[in-house]
Amino acid sequence: MNCRSEVLEVSLEGRQVDEALLSLLHTILLHRSTGKFHYKKEGTYSIGTVGTQDTDCDFIDFTFVRVSSDELDRVIRKAVTEFKDALGNSGSDGMGQISLEFYQKKKSRWPFSDECIPWEVWTIKVNVVNLANEQERQICREKVGEKLGEKVINIVEVINRHEYLPKMPTQSEVDNVFDTSLKDVQPYLYKITYQITDSLGTSVSTTMRRLIKDTLAL
Amino acid sequence: MDSDLSPQDRKDLDKFIKFFALKTVQVIVQARLGEKICTRSSSSPTGSDWFTLAIKDIPEVTHEAKKALAGQLPSIGRSMCVEISLKTSEGDSMELETWCLEMNEKCEKDIKVSYTVYTRLSLLLKSLLAITRVTPAYKLSRKQGHDYVILYRIYFGDVQLSGLGDGFQTVRVGIVGTPIGTLTLSCAYRTNLALMSSRAPGEEEGGAYAGVEDSQEVCTTSFSTSPPSQMVVPGKEGGVPQVLLQPSHGTQADHGRLPSCPAADMPHQAPPSSCNVLSRSTEVKSASPSDAIETTFTRKVGAFVNKPTTQVTTASLDLPFAAFAPRAYDLEENDPMVHPPASPTPSSPLQGSLHSQSSSQSGGQTQEDFVMVDFKPAFSKDDLLPMDLGTFYREFQNPPQLASLSIDVSAQSMAEDLDSLPEKLAIYEKDIDEFDAFVDTLQ
Repeated sequence: MNCRSEVLEVSLEGRQVDEALLSLLHTILLHRSTGKFHYKKEGTYSIGTVGTQDTDCDFIDFTFVRVSSDELDRVIRKAVTEFKDALGNSGSDGMGQISLEFYQKKKSRWPFSDECIPWEVWTIKVNVVNLANEQERQICREKVGEKLGEKVINIVEVINRHEYLPKMPTQSEVDNVFDTSLKDVQPYLYKITYQITDSLGTSVSTTMRRLIKDTLAL
Repeated sequence: MDSDLSPQDRKDLDKFIKFFALKTVQVIVQARLGEKICTRSSSSPTGSDWFTLAIKDIPEVTHEAKKALAGQLPSIGRSMCVEISLKTSEGDSMELETWCLEMNEKCEKDIKVSYTVYTRLSLLLKSLLAITRVTPAYKLSRKQGHDYVILYRIYFGDVQLSGLGDGFQTVRVGIVGTPIGTLTLSCAYRTNLALMSSRAPGEEEGGAYAGVEDSQEVCTTSFSTSPPSQMVVPGKEGGVPQVLLQPSHGTQADHGRLPSCPAADMPHQAPPSSCNVLSRSTEVKSASPSDAIETTFTRKVGAFVNKPTTQVTTASLDLPFAAFAPRAYDLEENDPMVHPPASPTPSSPLQGSLHSQSSSQSGGQTQEDFVMVDFKPAFSKDDLLPMDLGTFYREFQNPPQLASLSIDVSAQSMAEDLDSLPEKLAIYEKDIDEFDAFVDTLQ
């Protein structure tokens, strides 16, 4: 099956990177998380409830909604911080991209390891700019807020096309489709990776990081 | 068209659409309350959280929504709309956005009702949660309070977008295909935020209030991974009852917000097109009539604000429920509720977040287009007397520049000063002995 891929681009100030990425990643995960599954007899299951939480940004005129799960928030924040640090340390022009990939696991026979088949990839390209004075920063606050609003509308538009979603799994297959490690919500299996682009436009460090507990670790 | 749909599926679909419409209204209204919303995730399904999302139900809002729907469902040609408008402390109002839940004829016959439609509706609600924070009215609603409040109005029927001014934008939240048609949720929002001066009476929509079925319906929380024929939908057997709708409580809470409310247990007196106020200063819903009275008296009124005498007159009219008689425009203007005083009201336990079940008010205000905002400063009386605070402020708001501070004059005088310096120095040198003598006297 084809993996659909969406790219979002944002230009912002260094101190806005965290919040902007959190807002977009959380908006995507809000749509790609369900409540915890509880399997019962006869092949039925019930789904837990997902709470939501408004989060205001400090450096951007923007508020976003995320799933009420502190665990998930910690994982995403950690990934974003790593990306931001890499962006800062690379000495590049402040360009890079972070990708949120949803995948399914396909069990293979021994000695082959399980395959990870992505079905949706969201890439956020970040371009960090430096601003000269407070007035520009104030304008940037508002502008970036509006841009993020547009990105949220783009995300919602893509999601509401109702294109491929993995089939609801049976109990034995649930870990091939969902990340069941969190105690309050259940996102589809995902991984976050990033790349920093140097000033020549080539990718200097293709750093693949598994930032979530991947049950592939055999 | 419906012949392919089993009766059970049709019943389920109608139930889903009904609760989806009610939840849509809750999400929109709660997003315009002016506060951050936070609900908790729960790994165990409770049976009362529709679409697996924790969305609280504000009873008054559900009541208004059911009243507008009057037992019907959004269908082809009959849309459910939630209109959000802004009302200034002067009484001028402006429509900000209209959210529409519409149904068109495009059917998706093969779709599974209990599973696919349900999960897509859940996804659409999540999208609605995200989009409601993105339209311009969100920021306005977060800043509401002293100068303006945000109101909502629910109506059913034809979509009315004329109040949004020129150049309004539309954003589509999403669509869900069902076997009886495709549901579309969208928002049209105003881009031109200049207040207009014309006032037209609001159109009234919404059918008569048909009996509300206080539903005890439980939402589908069980799904099956087996083929459709074996789908189990535990619904009403011993399920947890849905959040009970309590219109009477709603009206009591409403009463709590009116300045002079002699008795509780008032019937809901608002006209069909009532606009409901969403404001940060909400109060805990009272459970008994006496509490309603108490909340009236503990309601904060700012210092130096005079209660308009006209209100006393109204209250003393020999009419039952006099305070709920449709008020003249003057009264609205003088109502401390509509013109909250600028005194710093410390946040009290009563000023609610969603968790304390914030109430909304049916203020009996007709929908009007906007007029120029007239400045009304804090602590001012009505603008009847000459040289009122407001008039004073307006007149002296832009005083002319002081001559000595204007740049030209000072530049001129600076040049003059420089030219006259040598002369001055010569004079001072002549009188140097006098100056020395003066200094000696000081020592």
